[in-house]
Amino acid sequence: MSDDNLVEIKDLDFAYDDRPILKGISMQIPRGKVVAIMGGSGCGKTTLLRLIGGQLKPSRGDVLVDGRSVPELRADELYALRRRMGMLFQFGALFTDISVFDNVAYQMREHTDLPEDLIRDMVLLKLNAVGLRGASRLMPAELSGGMARRVALARAIALDPMLIMYDEPFAGLDPISLGVIGQLIRKLNDALGATSIMVTHDIQESLQIVDYIYFMSDGKVVALGTPDEIRASQHPFVHQFVFAQADGPVPFHYPAEPLDRELLAKDAYEQS
Amino acid sequence: MSNPRQNSRASVLSGVTRLGHRVNDALQRLGFAARFFVMLLLLSGQSFRRLHLTIRELYFSGFQSLLIIMVSGLFIGMVLGMQGYETLQRYGSAEALGVLVALSLVRELGPVVAALLFASRAGSSITAEIGLMKATEQLTAMDMMAVNPIARVVAPRFWGGVISMPLLAALFSTAGVFGGYLIGVVFIGVDEGAFWSQMQASVDFRYDIWSGIIKSFVFGVAVSLIAVFEGYDAVPTAEGVSSSIKSTVVQSALAILALDFVLTSFMFREA
Repeated sequence: MSDDNLVEIKDLDFAYDDRPILKGISMQIPRGKVVAIMGGSGCGKTTLLRLIGGQLKPSRGDVLVDGRSVPELRADELYALRRRMGMLFQFGALFTDISVFDNVAYQMREHTDLPEDLIRDMVLLKLNAVGLRGASRLMPAELSGGMARRVALARAIALDPMLIMYDEPFAGLDPISLGVIGQLIRKLNDALGATSIMVTHDIQESLQIVDYIYFMSDGKVVALGTPDEIRASQHPFVHQFVFAQADGPVPFHYPAEPLDRELLAKDAYEQS
Repeated sequence: MSNPRQNSRASVLSGVTRLGHRVNDALQRLGFAARFFVMLLLLSGQSFRRLHLTIRELYFSGFQSLLIIMVSGLFIGMVLGMQGYETLQRYGSAEALGVLVALSLVRELGPVVAALLFASRAGSSITAEIGLMKATEQLTAMDMMAVNPIARVVAPRFWGGVISMPLLAALFSTAGVFGGYLIGVVFIGVDEGAFWSQMQASVDFRYDIWSGIIKSFVFGVAVSLIAVFEGYDAVPTAEGVSSSIKSTVVQSALAILALDFVLTSFMFREA
C-alpha cells in the first residue's frame, strides 16, 4: 500500500446471503483529500462505508485503513481504529435521550479521562465550528434536519479523526443547509488534516467540494476522475447521472419479464 | 395443461422447503440469542463500572413500575381476602385467612403476576427503546464510535430488570397481604391476632419466601433477556419494532408461566 493512500480497497466482493452487492471493487483514497463515491440508490455505496468501518466483512478482497487490514482486525483492534474514524449518518443518528452538548461530548467521556471543564471547552469549540454553539442545551428532537446533521458532524469530529465518512450528508436538506454542510465538509477536512469519504448522489454539490469521484453502478466502479474530468466525461453512465436522465445504462425498469408476456400469463391464470 | 399430480408434488415440496427454512431460521435465531446472552454477561463488568447507567434503568424499569405493581397487588390481595374467607368460613377456619393470603402471594401470585405486569410495563418499553435506537441507527453510530452497544445500552437495561424484579415481587406480595388484611380483618372482622399469628407461624422463610425470591429472580432474567434481545434483534422499521414489542409481551408471558411450572415442581415436590 502506498503511504499516500489512507484507505485502499482491493478487489472487494461482498454479498448479502446469495445476493451480490459489490463485485471486484478497487479504490484508493489519498490522505488529506475529500473523495465522493456516487451512484444510484442500492448500488452498494453505504455497504462500502460499512466495510471500511469494519461493520461488515467482505467475502473476498481486502480493505486497508492506514496500512491495516480491517477484516483481519480483532474486536479490540477494530475499536482502537474506529476511535480514529468519524462517521456522519444519513439522518444524523443523534442519541435522542441526551442533549446536543452531551451528544458531542459522548466520545470524549467514553474514551478519554479529560476533566469535565476541558470537555466543555472542546465541545463548545466543535459546536462553534458548525455554527451551533448556541444550541448546545437543546435536545435532538428540537433541531431541524439541517441542524441535526451539523450536530452529527460536530460529534463525528469530536476526537479529531484521521478519517471522516459521510453517508448521504445532503439527503433531505434544503438548499441553504445543503450548501452549509458542503462547505463544512471541505473546511473541516482541511482544518483537521483529515481524509473524507463521502457517499452521495448529489452531483452538483459534490462537484464543488470534492477532489476525486468514483462512480458505482451495479456493485462495480464504472467511472472515476476529478470534478473537471467528470464534467467533461462522455461515459454514458456519468452522462446519465450528471444530466439526471431517467433511462440509460441504469434502466428505468426493474428487471422483469416482458410486459405482454406477463399480461398474457395473467389472463391464462384467470381462465384456468 | 399442467399435470395435477405434478402440481401436488410441487406443492408438497414447497411446503417442506418452507418448513425447512422456518426451522433453520428458528435455530439460527436461537444460536444468535445464546451468543447475545454470553456477550451480555461478558460485557456486564464494563457496564457495572459505570454504575449510574444501571441505576438509571432501575429507576425507569423498577421505580416507575411501582404504581402498577402496588395497586395490582392491593387489589389481588383484596380479592384473595374475599374469596379465601368465603371458602374458609364454610369449614370454620376463617382465622387461617392470613396464611392463605400470604402463601398464595409469596409462593405464586406475587412472583408470577408481578412478572407478567413487569413484562407488559417495563419489558415492552425496553424493547421499544432499543428497537427504535436500532431503527434510527443510534446503535450503529455507537458501535462506529468504538462504544459497544451491548455494554452501553443492553447490559444496564438487562441488569436493571433483573434487580428490580424480586424487589417488585416482594412489594406486590406486601401490598397484597395488606389488601387481604383490609378485607379480612377491617371489613369482614376476622380476628386480627389470629390473622397475623397464623401467618407468622405458617410462612417459612426458607421454604416459602426464599422460593418466591428465587422464582422472581428467574422471571426477571427471562423477561429482561427477552426484552433486550427482541429490541436488539428487531427489524429496523416501524412494523418490525411493533412486532418485537408484541413478541416481548407474548414470549415473556409464556416463559413466566412455563418456568413457574418447572420451578414449582422442583421447589414444592415434597409438599
